[in-house]
Amino acid sequence: MPPLILVNQLKFKYDDGTAALNGVDFRLDRAETVALLGENGSGKTTFALHLNGLLTGEGTVEVCGIPVNAKNAVTVRRKIGLVFQDSESQLFMPTVLEDVAFGPLNHGMSPAKAAERALMALEQVGMAGAAGKAPYHLSAGQKKRVAIAGILAMDPKILVLDEPTTFLDPPAQRALAQLLSSLPQAKLLITHDIPFARATCTRAVFFKEGMILQEGSIDEITMLQDWEFRPRRAE
Amino acid sequence: MHIPDGFLSTPVWAAMDVAAAPAVGYVARKAQQGFDDAKVPLLGVMGAFVFAAQMINFPVGVGTSGHLVGGALLACTLGPAAASVVMCAILAIQALVFQDGGILALGPNVFNMAIAGVLAGYLPYHLWGRGSGRRAAIFAGGALSLMTSAILALAELLISGVRMPGPVLGVSLALFAVSALVEGAITVAVVIALERIQPSLMRAPGAGRSPAFAALALVAVLLAAGGVVFASTEPDGIERLAMQTGIASHARTLISTPLKDYQAAWLGSGWAAQAGAGLAGLGLVYGACLMIGRKR
Amino acid sequence: MHHVTLDQWSRGASALHRRDPRAKIAALIVFLVVLGTAHRDLGWLGSVLFLVLLAGIRTARLPVRAALARAGVVLPFTAMFAIVSWLAGDPERGIALVMKAYLSAMAVLLLVSTTPLPLLLRGMEMTGAPRFLLMVTQFLYRYLFVISEEAQHMSKAAAARCATVRGLAGNGARFRAAAGALAVLFARSYGRAEEIHRAMLARGFPGYFRPLSALRFTGVDVIFLMLSGLTLVFIRIIIERAA
Repeated sequence: MPPLILVNQLKFKYDDGTAALNGVDFRLDRAETVALLGENGSGKTTFALHLNGLLTGEGTVEVCGIPVNAKNAVTVRRKIGLVFQDSESQLFMPTVLEDVAFGPLNHGMSPAKAAERALMALEQVGMAGAAGKAPYHLSAGQKKRVAIAGILAMDPKILVLDEPTTFLDPPAQRALAQLLSSLPQAKLLITHDIPFARATCTRAVFFKEGMILQEGSIDEITMLQDWEFRPRRAE
Repeated sequence: MHIPDGFLSTPVWAAMDVAAAPAVGYVARKAQQGFDDAKVPLLGVMGAFVFAAQMINFPVGVGTSGHLVGGALLACTLGPAAASVVMCAILAIQALVFQDGGILALGPNVFNMAIAGVLAGYLPYHLWGRGSGRRAAIFAGGALSLMTSAILALAELLISGVRMPGPVLGVSLALFAVSALVEGAITVAVVIALERIQPSLMRAPGAGRSPAFAALALVAVLLAAGGVVFASTEPDGIERLAMQTGIASHARTLISTPLKDYQAAWLGSGWAAQAGAGLAGLGLVYGACLMIGRKR
Repeated sequence: MHHVTLDQWSRGASALHRRDPRAKIAALIVFLVVLGTAHRDLGWLGSVLFLVLLAGIRTARLPVRAALARAGVVLPFTAMFAIVSWLAGDPERGIALVMKAYLSAMAVLLLVSTTPLPLLLRGMEMTGAPRFLLMVTQFLYRYLFVISEEAQHMSKAAAARCATVRGLAGNGARFRAAAGALAVLFARSYGRAEEIHRAMLARGFPGYFRPLSALRFTGVDVIFLMLSGLTLVFIRIIIERAA
């Protein structure tokens, strides 16, 4: 069984020359949930965009044994689904059902089958009742769940979520944590929300200046990198 | 100006619907640039931007403010064909969702604002966008786009027989002229600000195209618009204007003499001839579109 | 009146809501042409057509007063022209303008409040409008309110920054601040469009949109179209004959 994700010495520079990734090595073998921690601008999102071929850099990136390049883009994007930070840009179709069915339709399913698959995915995230609604009318938490449904409908092996708790109030965060725990796929979570990471992830990696500095459990990393918000008490 | 249903006479709206249809098909094909639907999100979102932009007030005097109409800005950033498509989409939403402009009148409104207006907004930039006259060109584009669409709209109303006596027409034109200047000012101000934050968003003007054709097109647009307005003013209106407001006699002879001969022939043959003549003038504009397009 | 209201109205469940959008569009065109091409007996024609539209509003279970008020947005602009007409000695034309513009707006409103906009745009393919343009319009509608909200926030922020500068200098500063706000909104919107495109690619976008459902013209739609079309034409003929 090839590793789910295999990244070797991934380097990437933006058009203006800034180095975003400086040799990232990463490996995911099992269906576990991994937190991607690190400063803003340390390369987490850029890294994620390489996993499904939206960006291409130097080095190797393989998903489920398939090298990620322009030729394999469509196949790779079926294996790994990206949930972007802003659900508003992800739910671009007029109704929830049409949006969730977008992926299956693109993969060649008939409209009837795609609609069926979409409803199944919506049920999985608890949003089946919203099938006919316009995305604009949903709450942030509901939009996030529909966005996840849109990815689940494509039956991926890996889910990547970029800062999923942004815009979510605590109840919605709780609901999301529960949902994620119920999903059997491997998950990568880019997040600053340490409590959320603790609740959902089994291990973490720490990005700094375009490289993975450290891997370990959430506690190890937050302790070593002083990566948690705890107000320092005056002595 | 968005013309509602019920204002234009049948020959006018029908002729304009017929004139607009191929133009819309043409700009849609050009805007796609062979990428099928890949440009849909960009054009759709920028259309939403224009709508939203109309909420931002630009103070232009004591207690008055204007807002961006957007044709020229879109043309300098997305290119004229894409800008036309975006304006069409905007007009459709305005007519359907906000009842701003009619449905049968979509043809005339699209022609005035999305085709002629955008073209007039783009041509100065295309011709003089490089070099020192750049900001003036952008200002001119903004002003011309508004003025052209306004003049065409007024012409269509006049041909349809909507009553607009001299003073009213004069005041309307003056108001439009002011709005045109405001549009020019806003457009150039936004472009300056845009170049500071993301200069790559501006389109390179006149890349590799013959300036002669573009200049010809610009002249054609201006002539067509101006010509149609003169051709359409009612003889009664002009006479009444001259008498009521006591316009100096030299102005009177200036305006009415060319018209007298003009209209005798035209009005005699009824609406068909008038509509035909209107279309011919507008065909000039359409021809300009084609000329620009073929050069690419 | 908020556009959200129209959106809500369009998701109702009356007999009119269930009709194929193409049938409703065709009926609207017939209505607009019957009204638009009329020159005589406008009083009678207008009254009868008003009752027809009213019946439509009731059938669609829309709030009557709100609908009539919403159609009234055309009145200020139209009234100006009507007054000018009256002062120019042609009051009949002025009244005709107001009547035609109002009834036309009411008819369009009836169409739009019984058909969700994306569905209406699909129906408009039959008029020959390019699919590309209709898709652009669909996306425009989807992001209209999102970007408008962003613009509202920015406009408040821009106003707040220049609130204390008075007079002409204040105007200049506010003008530039507004231009700056627009430029930022432009760049952000452009960025959002790129995000959307990435999200589309991430879910396998092949370069063109595939529709999820096909529009189906049923027997009821045919009956509706024939009935409404013929009724409108007959109304016009009868009124012009009788007078």
